[in-house]
Amino acid sequence: MEQVIANGFYLGAQYALIALGLTLIFALMNVLNFAHGQMYVLGGFITYTVYGQLGLPFVLALLASGVTLAVIGALMEKFLFRTVIKRSLREESTMLLAAATAFFFDAVILLIFGEKQRGVPKIVKGVFNDGGIIMPYDRMLVGVLALVFIAAFVLYMQYSRVGRAMRALAQDRVAAQLMGVKVDRYTMIGFAMGAMLAGIVGGLLVTITGVNSGIGGPISIKAFMMVMIGGAGVVGGAIAGGFILGMMESVGLTVLREYGDVTYLVIFAALMVFLSIRPNGLMGKPWG
Amino acid sequence: MIDRRSTLKSMVLGAVSALAMAAAGMPSAEAQNKELKIGFVGVTSGPAAAWGTSNVRSMQTRAAWINETGGVKIGDATYNVNIVTFDDQKDPKRAIAGMEKMAQEGIHYVVGPNVDDGAAAVRPVAEANGIIYFPYAFPKALYQKPASNAVLGMIANYQSGPAIYKYLKENKGVKTIAFVAANESDPLSQRDGGVEAAKALGLKIVAQNDTYQNDTRDFTPVLTPIVALKPDLLVLSGVAPANAPLLIRAARELGFEGLISTETAQDAKVLEEGAGEYANGFISVGGASTPEIASDAMKEFVARYTKMFGEYNDESNTKVYALEYIIDTLKANPAAIDNVDEFKKTMDTFSAPNPYLKGDAKLSYVGTTSFGQKRQLAVPMVVNEYKDGAFQTLFVGTVD
Repeated sequence: MEQVIANGFYLGAQYALIALGLTLIFALMNVLNFAHGQMYVLGGFITYTVYGQLGLPFVLALLASGVTLAVIGALMEKFLFRTVIKRSLREESTMLLAAATAFFFDAVILLIFGEKQRGVPKIVKGVFNDGGIIMPYDRMLVGVLALVFIAAFVLYMQYSRVGRAMRALAQDRVAAQLMGVKVDRYTMIGFAMGAMLAGIVGGLLVTITGVNSGIGGPISIKAFMMVMIGGAGVVGGAIAGGFILGMMESVGLTVLREYGDVTYLVIFAALMVFLSIRPNGLMGKPWG
Repeated sequence: MIDRRSTLKSMVLGAVSALAMAAAGMPSAEAQNKELKIGFVGVTSGPAAAWGTSNVRSMQTRAAWINETGGVKIGDATYNVNIVTFDDQKDPKRAIAGMEKMAQEGIHYVVGPNVDDGAAAVRPVAEANGIIYFPYAFPKALYQKPASNAVLGMIANYQSGPAIYKYLKENKGVKTIAFVAANESDPLSQRDGGVEAAKALGLKIVAQNDTYQNDTRDFTPVLTPIVALKPDLLVLSGVAPANAPLLIRAARELGFEGLISTETAQDAKVLEEGAGEYANGFISVGGASTPEIASDAMKEFVARYTKMFGEYNDESNTKVYALEYIIDTLKANPAAIDNVDEFKKTMDTFSAPNPYLKGDAKLSYVGTTSFGQKRQLAVPMVVNEYKDGAFQTLFVGTVD
């Protein structure tokens, strides 16, 4: 059972980091970014290219993934989402735009990086085995790095000037604007940070799970589940949602294995019941 | 007013037009040839894109090769081969639309679909429109009477599985076996076939209900309980090439020391990148490109594919065959070019040299034992073992 718990914690750390960027964008703009998974995939392919193909240091590759996705995110916000939000009163317009960008990224990634699954050399070799828990060192490192990134993100949002401005925007956009917060600027920074987080986690996890052009959609779906569990637009909720989903997966796959693939059936059923009782998730909205 | 700029523009346009007209009037080998359209309906996008992409690229590589060398002579006419493609996105509804498109274009020979439900869905369209199609899907009903228009393009798991398990039982001392499959129709049916084959061989099955979502990225939780059972052989039923390295790596990292195999084709580069040395010893079913058995034609095919698309895919070792069979059967009976009944008649007696294998191997239609009629391509059943970035031939089997 220790192994199952350890697997759950590791998966939870991964998932929480994936969900953070999504919930940040939702909190700031009320936009469900369907392209979040594709941004993750793009980050993975950039790390694959820089670290796996060009042989440059992994840290540089991770940086390249983060910076590239931040730039893409900023451009998307400035030229696509900002325009649509200003011109359309219907909220579904941004959802359609997000879905369109997801399809667009899918096609571009397939065209550039091909159809094959890609992987990179392990960043740390060896496996920890104390007789009860087996955990490869690279997973432990990735788990720790995920926790570090989560902590850094939370601290940044809590104590930095930019973080405070974004939290103000998330709580009340009009009030923040009246208090002198530059709405367009901080919204763009927020979108760029959300995209950057997707790129970094994609780059981080390419060392463990590899990457292929078709996984963007499924990653987005899992990220949405975590956000729904924790509460849309709440950083703590996304983290909690990630760990809950990771633990449910790990325990379910062990306890329910004799009944076939019912783990996700149970998770979805539980999610439906849960949302009917708490439609805003564990921590609900607004963020604060 | 005519100025210098517009005069120059007129001269350039005139020159381009003259060149274009001259080019159009010039006789070329390709322009004189008729066009033979061959269809492809399969998955070239989404998570399963690797299956269809290797398929269609194999066809495009071979077609370009044929066209470059003057086309193919069928009866009295010479044809250039034109591959008409349709991405069904692994959706049966789109597969039907794709097959209807092929019918509208007057195409009689179609390669694909790549999965069970798509192959079953297109059957009525193919039969109503006189189309012979070559699925990479295993349900026997597609190939048994009264069905007659589908021809299995590869070795089925219920043909390769028993051969692999028997070999491992006799040569590697395998006594216990565990199965794990994605929760989708193809892998589950392949798992069920594998379980039956293992039972028939007297192997002890220690796990057969374990499944996973096809989009799983971390297989450690899936494999933790299976590895604890310590089977001699872990079978990854119907595993997609994208998932194979992840499953292998997770199993080995959890301390699994037994053998791992699958009955689907895999790619050595994907295994090398995703699992590294953990993939050594992994057994899968391939085609004809291992050095021990590949002919010069196969080597040239691989070189041309690599040049055309930047990187070869080992899955194409089996997928190179369908177009070859279509063309060679049409060459054997030119009346079949627009008459699939003639094609079916020829299938019973057809035989031609296999250009992709060393020695005197033959292309022929098989399947009598499995389907009661010849509705399968005789693709060599090459069982490979992965070792340090490449496949080595473990043994070569046949299907009748």
